[in-house]
Amino acid sequence: MGKTVAEKIFDAHFVDNPAGDICVLRLDAVFCHEITTPVAINDLVRRGKDRVYDPAKIKAVIDHVTPAKDSKTALQGKILRDWARRHDIPDFFDIGRNGVCHALFPEKGFVRPGYTIIMGDSHTCTHGAFGAFAAGVGTTDLEVGILKGVCAFKHPDTIKIKVTGDLPAGVYAKDVILSIIGKIGVNGATNRVIEFTGPVIENMSMEARMTISNMAVEAGATCGIFYPDRTTVAYLWPHIRDEFLSEDAALEAYQQYLPDSDAVYEDTITFDAARLSPMATYGYKPENVKPVAEMAGTPVDQVYIGSCTNGRIEDLRAAAEVLKGRRISDSVRGIVSPATPGVYQQALDEGIIKIFMDAGFCVTNPTCGACLGMSNGVLAEGEVCASTTNRNFSGRMGKGGMVHLVSPATAAATAIAGKITNSTLYNG
Amino acid sequence: MTDFSGRVLFLDRSDINTDEIIPARYLTEITKEALKPHLLEDLNLDGFNPERDIQGTSVIITRSNFGCGSSREHAPWALEVNGIDLVIAESFARIFRQNMYNCGMMAVELEKEAINRLFAEFSEKETAISTDLAANRFKVSADGETAEFSFSISDFDRALIEAGGWVEYADAHY
Ligand code: SF4
Repeated sequence: MGKTVAEKIFDAHFVDNPAGDICVLRLDAVFCHEITTPVAINDLVRRGKDRVYDPAKIKAVIDHVTPAKDSKTALQGKILRDWARRHDIPDFFDIGRNGVCHALFPEKGFVRPGYTIIMGDSHTCTHGAFGAFAAGVGTTDLEVGILKGVCAFKHPDTIKIKVTGDLPAGVYAKDVILSIIGKIGVNGATNRVIEFTGPVIENMSMEARMTISNMAVEAGATCGIFYPDRTTVAYLWPHIRDEFLSEDAALEAYQQYLPDSDAVYEDTITFDAARLSPMATYGYKPENVKPVAEMAGTPVDQVYIGSCTNGRIEDLRAAAEVLKGRRISDSVRGIVSPATPGVYQQALDEGIIKIFMDAGFCVTNPTCGACLGMSNGVLAEGEVCASTTNRNFSGRMGKGGMVHLVSPATAAATAIAGKITNSTLYNG
Repeated sequence: MTDFSGRVLFLDRSDINTDEIIPARYLTEITKEALKPHLLEDLNLDGFNPERDIQGTSVIITRSNFGCGSSREHAPWALEVNGIDLVIAESFARIFRQNMYNCGMMAVELEKEAINRLFAEFSEKETAISTDLAANRFKVSADGETAEFSFSISDFDRALIEAGGWVEYADAHY
């Protein structure tokens, strides 16, 4: 019987089968940030187990609240920083070099097709864009990952999602994944892995793929996996050129992580991209999705562009395309947080930062910032934000605030109009 | 080992997410105890008052997809420091469920009919549960009425409860 991508990765990393369909896997990388890791560190210290399995396989960043906003967040950063020093963790990213984990770590080349990765962060599924099995875990799993380099998972039942056709103008990866979640629901892929495939997916850049895999968890999925191809290899090439003689050789090696033609899927769902339009969420669940056209006119107080979903260079380019030569509405606070210093630098070089500033946006340092309502743009009670992030839960960006999830282009158009607006109005 | 028994808090809603269990603004806490006063502070449920309703309870009974959303283990911890070690629901979000067992706590799924029955017969009353882990049974009682429910958990989850959680289990086995 054929195997799915995740089944192949599981086979290659198998350590133990302690019970039923539970597999303990060897981990290629453990990612850490300053919100969930300090508790793990403190607990390991408390248990007398302050060890790390392999400092080179641990990657750590301060990204959620940076620079620290108060004594508590300063302490979280300090615990992570001291721990990274104590264990000689070479890849630790502190202020000046830090950025949103799920944008920074791929950019640094820490992800490979076929890798197993965990992090104490639900959007770890982002790294599935590279053909890796990457899953968000709780702090205890993180502790075990740090300590022993293993993690337990259930057998990865897989759903295949095919996106066919051509994307209409003004429709981006964000609209594709919002449409998918709108269709299958926040529970549509719970406990399962999604494989994303089809011509639309194959034509996507790594940035766009990451936008999609990032939100797999919003449909409940453990991981959203893309098949490694030339685009994957080209993105990784600066980091793997010492490992392979040529890009072709790398591609051939990574193709061991393609599914078998007779792999068994729990379900296969096909989406016709031609029927998609720009999407926005309207409630407190990511599945509450409507075409932007039906939401048009909803006033917003703030527009936020950034996060691990849509804070990459392509996202900033798409927004800048709409904003160029225009100013945002006086009634809107525009905030953009480039996801990494690399993205920021590139946006500076391309004149994109100037476009944002000329339009009236506040440009922040790379950070998660407003995405989780802890800093850099928390909403007041009753306020509304159009946001390129991934979660519209009640209270997510501030107690009593409403978040409408949209693409960067829609966010930019919305900032100009002061109300939810289709980007084709400015960009068509 | 925890005995997984005590007074029940009924939460009659599906999709209660981790932001509702413990809001993100408390993720800056680095001790479990600091979470105690904030459990279910943002829960969207008519008639629910966290200050009045949580005190003295040890078990939550709720609907489907409990613990969806962020992977924060602060959610089970916030339950744990309030003395709630057992959640019974129609279903759970994957990470939340695993986090519960990883902490040596229990997240038990019952059939929809059983959950409906628990709500219909007990949610308006002062209800207590006593758990017989060895026999896989809950005894639910209120106003002199009792009902028994059997449940199943995997051998692995049971081993985690017995070891005192996943860190101890993993360090001993791998
Ligand atoms: S950008 Fe938002 S969703 Fe992404 S890791 Fe940061 S807080 Fe989480």
